[in-house]
Amino acid sequence: MHPILIIVFAPLAAALIAGLGNRIIGNVAAKSVTTGALFLSAVMSWPIFLGFLGGTATAEVVPVLKWVQSGALSFDWALRVDTMTAIMLVVINSVSALVHLYSWGYMEEDPDQPRFFAYLSLFTFAMLMLVTADNLVQMFFGWEGVGLASYLLIGFWFRKPSAGAAAIKAFVVNRVGDLGFMLGIFGTYLVFQTTSIPAILEAAPAMSGSTITFLGMRLYAMDILCILLFIGAMGKSAQLGLHTWLPDAMEGPTPVSALIHAATMVTAGVFMVCRLSPMFETAPTALTIVTIVGAATCFFAATIGTTQWDIKRVIAYSTCSQLGYMFFAAGVGAYGAAMFHLFTHAFFKALLFLGAGSVIHAMHHEQDMRYYGGLRKHIPLTFYAMLAGTLAITGLGVYHLGVGFAGFWSKDAILEVAFARGTQVSLTAFWLGVGAALLTSFYSWRLLFLTFWGKPRWIESEHIQHAVHKTREQAGEDTTGGYHPHESPASMLIPLGVLTIGAVAAGQVFAPHFLDRAAFWAGSIFYNEPLIHAMHAVPYWVKYAAFIVMLLGFAGAYLAYIAKPDIPAKFVATFGALHQFVYRKWYFDELYDAIFVKPAFALGRWFWQLGDIGTIDRFGPNGVAAVIARSAAAAKQVQSGYVYTYALIMLLGLVAAVTYVLL
Amino acid sequence: MEGLPILSLMMLVPLAGAVACLFAGAKAARWIALAATLVTFALGIGLWSNYEIGGPQWQFTEKAELFAGFSYALGIDGIALLLIMLSVFLMPVCILASWDSIAKRVGEYMAAFLFMEVLMIGTFAAQDLFLFYVFFEAGLIPMYLIIGVWGGDNRIYASYKFFLYTLLGSVLMLIAMFWMVAEAGTSDIPTLMQYGFPPEAQTWLWLAFFASFAVKVPMWPLHTWLPDAHVQAPTAGSVILAGVLLKLGGYGFIRFSLPMFPEASAQFAWLVFALSMVAVVYTSLVALVQADMKKLIAYSSVAHMAIVTVGLFAFNVQGLEGAMIIMLSHGLVSGALFLCVGVIYDRLHTREIARYGGLAINMPYYALFFLLFTMASIGLPGTSGFVGEFLALAGIYQTSSLVALVSTTGIILGAAYMLYLYRRVAFGDQKNADAAAMPDISAREWAMMAPIAAAVLWMGVYPESFLAPMRADIAVLDARLAAAAPASDAQLAPGTPRTEAANALSHHGAGHEGMGQADTNSDSAKEGAH
Repeated sequence: MHPILIIVFAPLAAALIAGLGNRIIGNVAAKSVTTGALFLSAVMSWPIFLGFLGGTATAEVVPVLKWVQSGALSFDWALRVDTMTAIMLVVINSVSALVHLYSWGYMEEDPDQPRFFAYLSLFTFAMLMLVTADNLVQMFFGWEGVGLASYLLIGFWFRKPSAGAAAIKAFVVNRVGDLGFMLGIFGTYLVFQTTSIPAILEAAPAMSGSTITFLGMRLYAMDILCILLFIGAMGKSAQLGLHTWLPDAMEGPTPVSALIHAATMVTAGVFMVCRLSPMFETAPTALTIVTIVGAATCFFAATIGTTQWDIKRVIAYSTCSQLGYMFFAAGVGAYGAAMFHLFTHAFFKALLFLGAGSVIHAMHHEQDMRYYGGLRKHIPLTFYAMLAGTLAITGLGVYHLGVGFAGFWSKDAILEVAFARGTQVSLTAFWLGVGAALLTSFYSWRLLFLTFWGKPRWIESEHIQHAVHKTREQAGEDTTGGYHPHESPASMLIPLGVLTIGAVAAGQVFAPHFLDRAAFWAGSIFYNEPLIHAMHAVPYWVKYAAFIVMLLGFAGAYLAYIAKPDIPAKFVATFGALHQFVYRKWYFDELYDAIFVKPAFALGRWFWQLGDIGTIDRFGPNGVAAVIARSAAAAKQVQSGYVYTYALIMLLGLVAAVTYVLL
Repeated sequence: MEGLPILSLMMLVPLAGAVACLFAGAKAARWIALAATLVTFALGIGLWSNYEIGGPQWQFTEKAELFAGFSYALGIDGIALLLIMLSVFLMPVCILASWDSIAKRVGEYMAAFLFMEVLMIGTFAAQDLFLFYVFFEAGLIPMYLIIGVWGGDNRIYASYKFFLYTLLGSVLMLIAMFWMVAEAGTSDIPTLMQYGFPPEAQTWLWLAFFASFAVKVPMWPLHTWLPDAHVQAPTAGSVILAGVLLKLGGYGFIRFSLPMFPEASAQFAWLVFALSMVAVVYTSLVALVQADMKKLIAYSSVAHMAIVTVGLFAFNVQGLEGAMIIMLSHGLVSGALFLCVGVIYDRLHTREIARYGGLAINMPYYALFFLLFTMASIGLPGTSGFVGEFLALAGIYQTSSLVALVSTTGIILGAAYMLYLYRRVAFGDQKNADAAAMPDISAREWAMMAPIAAAVLWMGVYPESFLAPMRADIAVLDARLAAAAPASDAQLAPGTPRTEAANALSHHGAGHEGMGQADTNSDSAKEGAH
């Protein structure tokens, strides 16, 4: 049996056992089966990845089962293993295995643990199906499968109304993207007569001049197809316009946020664009849109990140922003850099989320950073892990020394390549990216300072008040309220430790392969050799731009949250409107509510009451009896006995007859 | 099995069961009905396994001349086979669903269901035009009784509306049938499917048949009987109504309108598209605001059946096969959703969504089944709903990108109203003490739900089992439609490919910017293609 079959289907089997067995098999069995399956998959994934790293492995497709054959449209279940897949395999399975382990501790007191672990494993299965897809439809299967798992996990604590609402929002907003994805698949089939990814990529260059009519517009076929597919990617990867579900998705338990809404699922859109990169390279307009959307998201989300108080929401917007980097890297043609950032981001963002989870765990479920402070000494291991994550995301590293944390290697490569690409759009993306890097540094350090430095502000928190059975007044001068945060158990700290290694070293170790070796990619992405050479040749100020803004961001955060803590309040007082605009997330939710959600319900009621009941039924079935009665009455009227009515009718008849004859 | 009149036998068994039920007590009637439907289902499995894929188009044919050219002629192709299988599969489930909830006139109730099974099988198997008409129309009578006698408080109004709508359409169809038989000189359906009616006549014949089938599907704006009928019908009545009766319309299009009047079908495709597009958006939005579970699912049925009609009139293999798979899938899924409503209705005697909430807590397995069917309804890949929807929409995209776009919005709206329903029923807190005290599904309810769940997943993961039997028949139909098929609006035209990739670094630094609209070069290529 091919190892990929075990890697993919072990999590599914585990999910079924844990999910259907549930209370019958009990917590420990359900957790052991799922966690065991994931560690098995993770351990089996690394040799595949190392095989591609060393150049010994070759791409292959393992057929599983026939799926659909309808006329010329035919696609099967099959697992594709190549460089792209291998990268995703290690990312997904490693993070998932660690998150499973972490959840032993984090979900300790939850009454519904088998269900939780079953969902996690189900998610992993769907994600693996997505990345091993050899045709667009199986990719869509995985795409929707992760959507289902995401829906279930966001709504895991389904008693909370906010969790139920967030779950629906995530699913429905993603469906808007899926509309584009589906139309993209249909169009791809129309143009290429196949949905097989390798066949499409091979045929795409020859189609780059072909035109097609879409909704009456005459467009380049490749442009419209790639734009439609990219709309799908925007939904899944929470890009500007379709991003609104991601922050709300933080309603799910924190391990879910780490696995699904940071490391893996939300990167599916980036994966799709990179997987189809030879096709996107035939669509210049589509790539321009990818670049613009990516760069805009990257900056926009970072602005919001600077104002939020909920620790998870800060990291959620940060994820949104980092995904923007990946997209504009793809847009300017650096698919290797996009995949590299996806790879390093998976480690440091999962680390930040799990670290945040550890803080939340220590702080009795409090998520508001205003009520943290001074936690450095109480939960030191969590602190060091979060510090490593922050250094990784802000991209600490020095070009001339050739050393740096993970984000230094991948994010700086993206900025350099955007500069090297040299078009107006890519330069705009570069500057937005630099701006976002400044904001990233600011909000990341702000998070760290608010949480781990300063005096404890714990007693302000209702969660802490519940824990210590004291109100703020009763606590008096003691701002800790007598609460003692405890470091998390080993099951949570081990994953933090492993991910810390990734956040520190993943960039340093793998940069040469991901960025510079065409042989490593072995044709699984479009590899733009001249662009990479140009990337290495950018001026020093470009290479140091990210480093400089990182220092500025750090300094700003230090000034505002350590040195002079009254600055933020003064800023808000001076620029109230601007702050409010950013704090309220640019009013996207309010806007969508006003133009989509409310009108949909209003229209529904209107169609129902005025359409079905007021018109169709009234003049239809209910009207039939009335009409018959009324026409009988009308007929009676005609036979009135008055001569003038008979004369009038005769006249009308005559006119009608004459008209008929003359015409 | 050679020579065994298995189709007649499949009708005889429930017929005998029906007669027996009329004279049996309540308890015996239930068991007789269950046994009869299970035997019929077993015969159905025999039918399927003996159906020769790639064999003659019409199999298991039986023929007995009656009078004046009217003959008792049965026979099935792959399309009829699958719809018969759907009917006989759902019947035992319906009997189980009525086991405890029907307390009055049990014998007559069971007899009505068994009669209906006879008529359903007859409709799909009939090879004579008038025989088809008799079965097709007679099928309304048991349904009318089921709603009118065992229905809810407002059952008289609902059954009157149901009958009025469906009968009015049928009258026109009957007149058209007389004309056709006079013209072609035969009432043999396979012969008529090959007959070339003059195009002018096709127009009127098509409209006459359309009147009947559009009501059955139902297509907007002839759909208002459906929500009322569903709301008033007992659970099993809803299952059959959604599962089989609505399929008669789609079956009518695929058996009569398309093959017999291909030119008229192409001529009126715009009408079907227009009504279907309205239906997808309109009824989905109406479903969103319903407070009654059955009404919500009834409206969702109209939206789903609109994708069927769109697929049927796409004039290509994917559209036709997709439409067929949606019909099968919708039969299973909406049937199962009505069962899900029935399960909790039996416990709390209300269909009002607001009276439930948090059922995932006290009824976890119920919540799991409900979730599966909800996901199948919104077309999650891996379930039956996806395969049908995907093929039908892929089919229509090849004909019209606009129709495809509007129809595909159904996946967004469908997710919205179904998940909103699921949230209010299964998620949230247990607001109502009586709903919170309901026990999880019983063994009988497991026996109803589990087979449907298995079928839904089977059809989603390995639809080949269902596509293979009808492949040849769809190909025949597609070939017959080919001459009339409208041209694709996509007008794919080859142009000179670009010589380099979009992000290739040229000496000028910049790539190709702002090339959204086709340049003159490929415009001339397009002209050349005409």
